[in-house]
Amino acid sequence: MIPAAFEYFTPSTLSEAIALLEEHGDEAKILSGGHSLIPMMRYRLASPEKIVDINGIPDLEYIKEEDGYLKIGGLTREVALEDTPMIREKYPLLYDTAVMIADPQVRNLATIGGNIAHGDAANDHPATMLALGAEVVATGPNGERVIPIDDFFLGLYYTALEPTEIITEIRIPVADGNSSGTYKKMERKVGDYATAAVAVQVTMNGSGPAKVGIGLTNVGPTPIRAKRSEELLVGQPITDELIKEAGKLASEDCAPTADLRGSEEYKRSVVSVLTQRALKTAFERALSS
Amino acid sequence: MSKQTITVTVNGEAYTEEVEPRMLLVHFIREKLSLTGTHIGCDSTSCGACTILMDGKSIKSCTMFAVQANGKHFTTIEGVAQNGQYHPLQEGFKEEHGLQCGFCTPGMIMRAIELLDKNPNPTEEEIRWGISGNLCRCTGYVNIVKAVQYAAKKMAEAPKEKGALNEV
Repeated sequence: MIPAAFEYFTPSTLSEAIALLEEHGDEAKILSGGHSLIPMMRYRLASPEKIVDINGIPDLEYIKEEDGYLKIGGLTREVALEDTPMIREKYPLLYDTAVMIADPQVRNLATIGGNIAHGDAANDHPATMLALGAEVVATGPNGERVIPIDDFFLGLYYTALEPTEIITEIRIPVADGNSSGTYKKMERKVGDYATAAVAVQVTMNGSGPAKVGIGLTNVGPTPIRAKRSEELLVGQPITDELIKEAGKLASEDCAPTADLRGSEEYKRSVVSVLTQRALKTAFERALSS
Repeated sequence: MSKQTITVTVNGEAYTEEVEPRMLLVHFIREKLSLTGTHIGCDSTSCGACTILMDGKSIKSCTMFAVQANGKHFTTIEGVAQNGQYHPLQEGFKEEHGLQCGFCTPGMIMRAIELLDKNPNPTEEEIRWGISGNLCRCTGYVNIVKAVQYAAKKMAEAPKEKGALNEV
């Protein structure tokens, strides 16, 4: 399959890239890892006339803790999350998410910024970022702005990003010794989108959680925060009944549609089960850390 | 749209060619460079038959434009044997019957090169996860896993062979 013709630009600085986006407006698409965009172009689901390849812009690939945040550069490859020991040790939710994305070759090129900017609820990082309470740093003609993750996903392939903005950084509050999490994904085969997946991040205070973040993948037009489940758990001693109830609430609060991966009823059931499993793992990890 | 000139190094040899920006890297390698060992299976980033190494990392060459490859170094299956000697992975696939029709084999080998480079002594589970981006419709993977294990063992015994590719 051959994509439609396009003009190709390789800016070497951020400001050059933004100027190109300003000049070409809706005709232009940003190419980072390319693993969402190029498949769409091959199927002619997208036929941008201009491609702005941002891979030549320096200093956008990094993972570091600074000023109370874990900061991840927008061009950071998924494989870097897998290979960075600090992520595995302190942010197991991010590690568990990264290793479930597509396959090793894809993760060598695909970027975290792209995974989020694509605005696809079937991608894995969006729900994880909801659970982590992340912020998206977008850089455009007027400089940087910080978008809370809850305000970022507006609809299918539709985000708060302006056409002239580039995701330059993801910020996640630094994890302390009382917090942990996990990502539980059901997929038919490696590389498939999730039938459903659940991201959980908890921060413990004694035997109960002071904070709970739960994000749901591919069970609605956007990633969904299981708000009632979060509220149910905060400040309560953890019991099996409470976890079960949190799973039930999550299954009620998602909005899956039937497709080849299953019926609506089946997917709600998967959400309930995965929410319970993810909560159990997250609590166990947080209490043992 | 106007063509662009790119220079890429493939298996140690530099090539300068004019390409349309929309040309996929796998088409460039097969049609412009006539290196047809890199296969096109699914054309949808699923099967891994088009896997090659870019600066030592395994990638799917159907999911990159040739223009993006400008200035980069690639290894394809044609560059894996050195001085008439099979790479340990090639030998492993032969000895352990890791192929039947052979269509997936170049991609499997290119992927397994990076796998063993990062993890020289993988468990069976690590091998299976490591090649999870490559589909084989013949073997059931059992002998492919054995082939990778064969190569890992051989490369551990003769560590010099491991680095050979990086000098390409």
